[in-house]
Amino acid sequence: MGEFLQQLVNGIAWGSIYALIALGYTMVYGVLRLINFAHGDVIMVGAYVALFAAGAIGADTAPSIGKALVVLVIAMAACAVLGIVIERAAYRPVRRQPRLVSLITAIGVSLLLENLGNVIFGARPRAFPEILPSRQVAIGSITFGSHQLLVLAVAVALMALLQLIVERTRVGKAMRAVSFSADAARLMGIPTDRIIAFTFAIGSALAAAAGVLVGLYLPRVDPLMGLIPGLKAFVAAVLGGIGNIPGAMVGGLVMGIAETMVVAYLAPTYRDAIAFAILILILLFKPGGLLGRTEVEKV
Amino acid sequence: MSSLPRCFARRVVSRTVSLLAVLAALLAGCGGGGGQTEILVGGYMGLTGNTATFGQSTKNAILLAVDEINAAGGIAGKKLKVTVEDDQSRPEEAATVVRKLISQDGVIAVLGDIPSSNSLAAAPICQEAGVPMITPSSTNPKVTATGDYIFRVCFIDPFQGTVMARFAYEHKSVRRAAILRDVRSDYSMGLADFFIQTFTGLGGQIAGDQSYSQGDTDFRPQLTDLKAQNPEAIFVPGYYNDVGLIVRQARELGITVPLLGGDGWDSPDLFKLGGEAVVNTFFSNHYSADDQSPRVQSFVTAYAARYGHKPDGLGALGYDAAQVLATALRAVAASDPAAFERLVGPAPAGAKAREERAAARSKLRDALAQVRDFPGVTGTISIDAERNAVKSAVVLAVEPSGYTYVTTIEP
Repeated sequence: MGEFLQQLVNGIAWGSIYALIALGYTMVYGVLRLINFAHGDVIMVGAYVALFAAGAIGADTAPSIGKALVVLVIAMAACAVLGIVIERAAYRPVRRQPRLVSLITAIGVSLLLENLGNVIFGARPRAFPEILPSRQVAIGSITFGSHQLLVLAVAVALMALLQLIVERTRVGKAMRAVSFSADAARLMGIPTDRIIAFTFAIGSALAAAAGVLVGLYLPRVDPLMGLIPGLKAFVAAVLGGIGNIPGAMVGGLVMGIAETMVVAYLAPTYRDAIAFAILILILLFKPGGLLGRTEVEKV
Repeated sequence: MSSLPRCFARRVVSRTVSLLAVLAALLAGCGGGGGQTEILVGGYMGLTGNTATFGQSTKNAILLAVDEINAAGGIAGKKLKVTVEDDQSRPEEAATVVRKLISQDGVIAVLGDIPSSNSLAAAPICQEAGVPMITPSSTNPKVTATGDYIFRVCFIDPFQGTVMARFAYEHKSVRRAAILRDVRSDYSMGLADFFIQTFTGLGGQIAGDQSYSQGDTDFRPQLTDLKAQNPEAIFVPGYYNDVGLIVRQARELGITVPLLGGDGWDSPDLFKLGGEAVVNTFFSNHYSADDQSPRVQSFVTAYAARYGHKPDGLGALGYDAAQVLATALRAVAASDPAAFERLVGPAPAGAKAREERAAARSKLRDALAQVRDFPGVTGTISIDAERNAVKSAVVLAVEPSGYTYVTTIEP
């Protein structure tokens, strides 16, 4: 029983990282109907920005909570800017084109970021600095690392913040309006371009936060680190119902727990397979996702 | 960003230069091997990618050995020239670059690679072309089983798995051990199997056998599972990139027992990734830089003087691989000067000359198979009937500041 609970903690911690990434996918899909495949690579950029920022302010040699927060904020800000640049340079010019064009552009941006990462940072994996020292936490019979709690806490805090922005602020209301109908929103005087850029900024900042958490949790970064987590988080977003924010959180957690349990009780080699098995099942039986609505396609 | 066009231009220039070089080599080849002074040797290893530090230290050591050999007058007056290609630590790429070395560069022997999976991809190509290949450090038995042109200067997995099983049982008094192996690596699977065989043979018990796939990053589920089995030691025969994370995550989950491994741990990156968590871990290796024998110390000093840091075990093996090749070439030069002459220079043109060179390469192969009691820095090397090296292994303890020598285990 103790072991099962500990595995559950492992799964929830890992799943909350997926959830953070899935939020970015789902937000962009919600407003643009675009699957932003470059999203996973923004995680990588965020992790490297954090790595260098940590070195610059000395968070690696003399860690403190304040410095760790500064590192997190720098990475999120840098990636928010990156998100806006990607949207402006790559997606806006093709927004009126058929959807397939944006999709292929997204794959292109993803490859560009990965290869730039290889050129600039080098293919060799690097150790992520311990910007917060890890300790063991024992509750009853289970022992886990303080980083697992930290990952969970940061992820939950950011998700709550996002929910607040989307549900309680003017810009959030505008986002929901654009998501509902971009044309109608524009006719009502909502600056849709600015709202879309804002959506990218928020999504990318969340990806950067996920990057910092992945770096801290493993602790290793490399230029392709965002690829597989990005794909899995995409599956998590679809699982929860793409375009649906609570759905992304649920999807991420389900994915993390499913992976952990497969490794622990079935076979570790099925770890990557389980994500796609879940995707196929969802597409077959509940195409709208766990929390999504099934839309009737108008002909 | 601004360096991209420049980088591209450089590539175009370097392509042109290499094209010219190939043309020049072809023209030179037409004149027959008479005035040639260089023996061309190929090297392939991962200078980038997953096992980059292995490839870099191996390359450094090979270049050091070649320069020492050439400075001492070369081989029967001919200089060695090594072309090292980067296979990005990937099997597909290893096969490609070895084909290039053999067909374009016309090398007479090949040194490489480190990971067994890469060597296994390239070995059939060398075997088919009749070009002797010496792997400095691929320990999987299948590598040399590819054919009679494939050699190695390191010990093999059964021995390494056996060494760590004996170390755990005899030196650490471990009776319950667990395994965490990489299912995508021939090397890791081999070590794990032989560890289990020896350890249970000695009377020990295997408490758990978990696995991961190279490239996984979160090992907590496997480690949590193993921890629940209460092992007294965990054998993790992986490569440093994964092991660094495994060690960190294991300690974080409260696993304090010794972690054991093989020569795949031997990299400076293990400390960067593992940090303080590496305390109480041990691995088997080919040599110890602390070994006070003059042979080892002169190599360590020369390497450190040239590259600014102490060589790791893989470097030491790269050095020995180059020296063993040189020894075999000297043997050919002494016993059959005509054959030796045909090994010098680029690949000859013409069917007859090519056949003669192939015959000369088979003489080189025979000479390699005859190497006995070669005094290498990684121990005394004798090539056995399976073309493997018979030699001892050392066990090193890992501390955040470096390795310390623990014991030597004889075959």
